[in-house]
Amino acid sequence: MSHFANVVVSILFDGLAYAMILFIISVGLSITMGLMGFINLAHGAFAMAGGYLAVTLTRSWGVPFGPSLVITFLVVGAASVPFERLLYARLYTAGELDQALLTIGLMLMAIAGYTFFYGTQPQSMGVPSYLTGQINLGFREFPTYRVLMIAVGAILIAILWYGFERTGIGAKIRAAVDNRRMAQSIGINVDRLFMLTFAVGGGLAALGGALAVYILGITPSFAIQYLVLFLIVVSVGGLGSIKGTVLAALVLGIFDNAGKYLYPTGGAFFIYAVTVLLLLLRPSGLYGRE
Amino acid sequence: MAESNRASGACQESGTAELRARAVQFMARRHRFRLAEAAPWLLAILAFFLFPDRMAFGTQVLIMVLFAVSLDLILGYAGIMSLGHAAFFGIGAYTAALLSARLGWNEPITGLFAAAALAALIGFISGWFLLRYRGLTLLMLTLATAIMVLEFGNARADITGGYDGVNGIAISPLFDVFDYDLYGHTYYIYSLAVLFILFLVVRQIVYSPFGQALIGIRENVRRMHAIGSPVHWRLVTVYTIGAAIAGVAGGLFAQSNAFVTLGVLGFERSAAVLVMLILGGTGRLYGAFVGAIVYMVLEDNLAKLSPAFWEFGVGLLLVLAVLFARRGLLGLIEDFGRLIGERPGR
Repeated sequence: MSHFANVVVSILFDGLAYAMILFIISVGLSITMGLMGFINLAHGAFAMAGGYLAVTLTRSWGVPFGPSLVITFLVVGAASVPFERLLYARLYTAGELDQALLTIGLMLMAIAGYTFFYGTQPQSMGVPSYLTGQINLGFREFPTYRVLMIAVGAILIAILWYGFERTGIGAKIRAAVDNRRMAQSIGINVDRLFMLTFAVGGGLAALGGALAVYILGITPSFAIQYLVLFLIVVSVGGLGSIKGTVLAALVLGIFDNAGKYLYPTGGAFFIYAVTVLLLLLRPSGLYGRE
Repeated sequence: MAESNRASGACQESGTAELRARAVQFMARRHRFRLAEAAPWLLAILAFFLFPDRMAFGTQVLIMVLFAVSLDLILGYAGIMSLGHAAFFGIGAYTAALLSARLGWNEPITGLFAAAALAALIGFISGWFLLRYRGLTLLMLTLATAIMVLEFGNARADITGGYDGVNGIAISPLFDVFDYDLYGHTYYIYSLAVLFILFLVVRQIVYSPFGQALIGIRENVRRMHAIGSPVHWRLVTVYTIGAAIAGVAGGLFAQSNAFVTLGVLGFERSAAVLVMLILGGTGRLYGAFVGAIVYMVLEDNLAKLSPAFWEFGVGLLLVLAVLFARRGLLGLIEDFGRLIGERPGR
């Protein structure tokens, strides 16, 4: 294969793996924002919590890689419920500014807390040796870990798509995103639905955060550094749309990766310019509702 | 009470002209200076004599007060939610810094004018595009725009010096007379004077019919559209003014520190000024003073113990303020005063 084709395939492949992380972390945010219109700027903190939990599990407690991901998903998912019940639920009817401020406050507290316990040095994940090598996919070799990430992302997209489009609970969520009042008046318990999606979304964010550690590394500023990317995925994709989130994550992941690879100094600028342009043209996102 | 009864009686007789006169009178009375408003300025002058060796810190407090006042104008009065206000602070800071370090223009006051002009220009252009949107979209757009400015500064590190910062800022004596001493006494007075002048401007704006229209837009934008108020232009105007004032604050920051890094453009600064304003109370002019002073003094003392401890404290303050004291410290003081005032009456 020529050098040029090799570079293109590498950029697309790495971008795809990156896009999967963005999708896994952002999808919960998209649906909870779509359901309640709640601006949750602390979502990156849940992802960070997942990352640190996975680091502790694999490094200090010797839990194998696979089970530690499952534990991370379950623990952070469950831990997000009290936050939702005690803090978020009080501000559902408040303005966007109040919601943004509350969640910025939570994010700052999380950053400070993790700085206190883990320091500002980047932590690394305990990844088994069979995942750190290369795998031959027939026409060339790829890093195994990224192949795994893409596979996990694809499986999650399939599960979420099925759950969203083909199950009763998915239909209820879609109804509530479309028109919360109408959904409530035909007897859908939107509050409980929201609690459920918030927990699943928090768990998925944690899972994504845990998967991201090996590639992006993790420091306490993870919560704020990548938050903007998650928010971009959500707002460009359109609130409450899985299809939109997938598409936005793919576009952003591949472009961001390509930009950083081809123009290391100005690549990040390019992404934000595209975001601003897209939002100016379609303020409610690619698949958002007006 | 008797006066207002008489006024309403007269109004029935002579109709709208009288009503208009009363409205003007009402506005003028509200605009009038109250005695309590002298307090912060007297305190600032008192601080100059009480803490002569802490003037460098005092100057930073004054600069953040000015920055918070500029945010109060656009957020507290016009209700524009911005997560990227530091962009204008940073643009102002870099304008003043680069004028001196790269072009050798060291006169401080024209430096501030340049800072204000460039920040206002960027504010006008970005505001014209962004202020059509509200809610999450606007939050995202202001945030992304601010990051774009930061990334631009990072990409052109040959001009901005990147995260290493701009060195070699030299400021010539104020009015060619007052030179700068080691303790920053001149900077303090200079910053206080700039703050005072710009505060009077903001106060004038807030109590003008234009300011009332802004409050109307904040409270009910549909009704303002319905009565034919040019909502978009009003918002762009106030956003430009807010940007210019933030630019001046940034310019003062660059001049008094003689050093600027890309940190001035960061989200942390946007968040910090937001916290100050929320802490003091939005939409009440003096909230910016209380919030900035409390924040800066707490930071000065707590960050010494542990930076993580302080950051946790900021987060906690924000959460508590949103949940329990949405009108800020000044709102709390008001409520408390009312509570005490009621007791003897019972």
